Amino acid sequence: MIPEIGQLALVLAALLAVTQATLPLLGAARRIPAWMALARPAAQGQFVFIAIAFACLAWSFVTNDFSVLNVATNSNSQLPLHYRFAATWGSHEGSMLLWVLMLSAWTVAVSLLSRHLPEPLVARVLGVIGIVSFGFLLFMLLTSNPFDRLLPPPPDGRDLNPLLQDPGMVIHPPMLYMGYVGFSVAFAFAIAALLGGQLDSTWARWSRPWTTAAWCFLTCGIMLGSWWAYNELGWGGWWFWDPVENASFMPWLVGTALIHSLAVTEKRASFRSWTVLLAICAFSLSLLGTFLVRSGVLTSVHAFATDPRRGVFILAFLTLVIGGSLTLFAIRARKVGAGAGFEPVSRESMLLANNVLLVVAAGSVLLGTLYPLFLDALGLGKISVGPPYFEAVFVPLLTPLVFLMGVGPIARWKQAAVPELWSRLRWALGVAVVTALALPAVLGRWSPLVSLGLGLAVWVVAATTTGVRERIRNSRGNLAARLAQQPRAYWGMVLAHLGVAVFVTGVTLVKGYETERDVQMAVGDTVMVGGYTFRFDGVRDVVGPNYRAARGAVDVSKDGQAVRVLHPEKRVYNAQQNTMTEAAIATGLRGDLYVSLGEPVSETAWTVRVYHKPFVTWIWGGCLLMAFGGLAALSDRRYRQRTARDGTVPAATQAA
Amino acid sequence: MKPRHKRLVFIAAGLSAIAIASALVLNAFRSNLVFFFSPSQVAAGEAPRDRAFRVGGLVETGSVKRQTDGLTVRFVVTDTARSIPVVYRGILPDLFREGKGVVAEGRLGTDGVFRAEQVLAKHDENYMPPEAAHALEQAQKAQRTVKQ
Repeated sequence: MIPEIGQLALVLAALLAVTQATLPLLGAARRIPAWMALARPAAQGQFVFIAIAFACLAWSFVTNDFSVLNVATNSNSQLPLHYRFAATWGSHEGSMLLWVLMLSAWTVAVSLLSRHLPEPLVARVLGVIGIVSFGFLLFMLLTSNPFDRLLPPPPDGRDLNPLLQDPGMVIHPPMLYMGYVGFSVAFAFAIAALLGGQLDSTWARWSRPWTTAAWCFLTCGIMLGSWWAYNELGWGGWWFWDPVENASFMPWLVGTALIHSLAVTEKRASFRSWTVLLAICAFSLSLLGTFLVRSGVLTSVHAFATDPRRGVFILAFLTLVIGGSLTLFAIRARKVGAGAGFEPVSRESMLLANNVLLVVAAGSVLLGTLYPLFLDALGLGKISVGPPYFEAVFVPLLTPLVFLMGVGPIARWKQAAVPELWSRLRWALGVAVVTALALPAVLGRWSPLVSLGLGLAVWVVAATTTGVRERIRNSRGNLAARLAQQPRAYWGMVLAHLGVAVFVTGVTLVKGYETERDVQMAVGDTVMVGGYTFRFDGVRDVVGPNYRAARGAVDVSKDGQAVRVLHPEKRVYNAQQNTMTEAAIATGLRGDLYVSLGEPVSETAWTVRVYHKPFVTWIWGGCLLMAFGGLAALSDRRYRQRTARDGTVPAATQAA
Repeated sequence: MKPRHKRLVFIAAGLSAIAIASALVLNAFRSNLVFFFSPSQVAAGEAPRDRAFRVGGLVETGSVKRQTDGLTVRFVVTDTARSIPVVYRGILPDLFREGKGVVAEGRLGTDGVFRAEQVLAKHDENYMPPEAAHALEQAQKAQRTVKQ
């Protein structure tokens, strides 16, 4: 009964989506207030029905209703409660439902927080989101219904993929989806601006917080995915340039460009058509990500099924949305206009360089991800593009990007002067160069990449500090009061840029100084890795809630002093006899100790991976800082003003 | 500077930046492509001697031999028509099994032994790496044509 209620709720939601996608848009075009007014109730009603559908599916998972095909294939009665709940979005169908739930949650947020916006704009924004929502609901109802029944019901389910049984998995997909789907709001604002022909500073100020919010979620989502891979895949990597990871990374790169471009559009009314194009691209790449991940084109843990109908549907939908919006852009962009001009050396030009570099980076990821698929589809052979390509491309692209991160925020709008910038930044540059040359020598081994990475990180910190000092110099009060006077949007930028510095430091030190040893160890054997002594104390059998495991004990000490005992596991899950490596990780601010079990080679000996990963947590810490920066910017005072329709910005908030 | 000059400077700078970036990307792309070959193709001498490539198929049953160091593993990858000996030093992924699909990346030695630097971890028990499936299909097709 419950699944049928969910099914019915989905159908009703789809009907409301049709309403939301048509009447408000027509109403805005023909100036019929009653039609435009339908947008809000339709969006809110749709959210209620999708939430009911989601609750029904979650209920089926929690109560082990194996007569539902989706539950039978992705859950098991032995699965702990929290994973049964998370299994709701562990399957293809469930994750699609989560996707539309997020989309409708964003829509409701827009409908509630847009009271101060002109009615035609709201109607258009909600209408565009309605189209997207209808597309996804139709996709679910036609090709991937989460409520399909399986009769007669099996006695027990096939279990959730053991790789997905991890706390990271519980929050990673919702975060990532919030980001993906959140770009639909930026996209809808862009399309609404094209339709209405109004695109100015006010428009940028309205769409900025939505974009930043989506970007924050996407940043956290990617971070969690990387952290999950590091913890769960059992071989110590944190980013594999896997097509699925790339699928989430491309919208992030373009979204980052969009955030910066929106800043210019708000402050200087420039980059207008460019901003619109970026908004379209960010969301198109989010859709492409869904296509790549969900259609079975890529076979990995994320691609749950290989049903060609799904691929065809998403491809058609993708063509419609991307093709349609780009056509609209081509027709209407001229009307939107380019905006105020600027000199070759100015904050605008540096932000333009930032945008170009980020877009080229996204393009190179796109090339590396899609080219092998194209060749394969055309039958021209099978190739793969590995991490070396991406690393060869990203280092030279990101070096100028990070360098500009130091200069851009303190350069003046419209026109800046090189000698002036030099005199303000020479100390920061000096500190960065000295650190780049000296620090690797202190850490042990010099290499050009370590030097470059550390130099860039210190440069960002030093230049940002210079910027903060200059800004607070002319304000009154003690240091704390002066710092507090700066708008939150400014602190958001500072935090996010420092986050990049932390991230770069982490990546540089892991890449430069990590130690990875694969060894065979008998009971009592020791191995030295990264200055630590690891002693293997054997393996014993343990029983978990839905698995059996061989649990190792590895005693770690440094200079004769005990550090801790690590317990890596080799698990075999009962339902399908899947083997899983569960690494044991001692996390620290200055580095991680990572031990995972390979295979038994004799009665007492195992092959063991023993890794030392210096400063690896800084990678995720940096991402968190970036996301916090976004949050801080979101909470800025000017986004909370209800009546700012005139486009003037309070003088105190003229931050980037 | 006159507005027209300014625009020229922008356009020139933009174009050269894009040209440099594309050259960089495409060059990196070309030198880092990894091609896939089936054991039959390797046996026919189609695989390169001087660069890394991927080979895939089934792990031949009974072929997995572990060296005394516990880490060096020798096994044979077959597409049911031809096969190729592989040596790998390191810990194999959880789903590496005799009779199951596998993809290895590495270089071909002068002795005809494939030295794998990476044996690909796969996520699902029932799942056959697409490259390995492709190799088996090709080999079966080839055998069928030979019989006719």
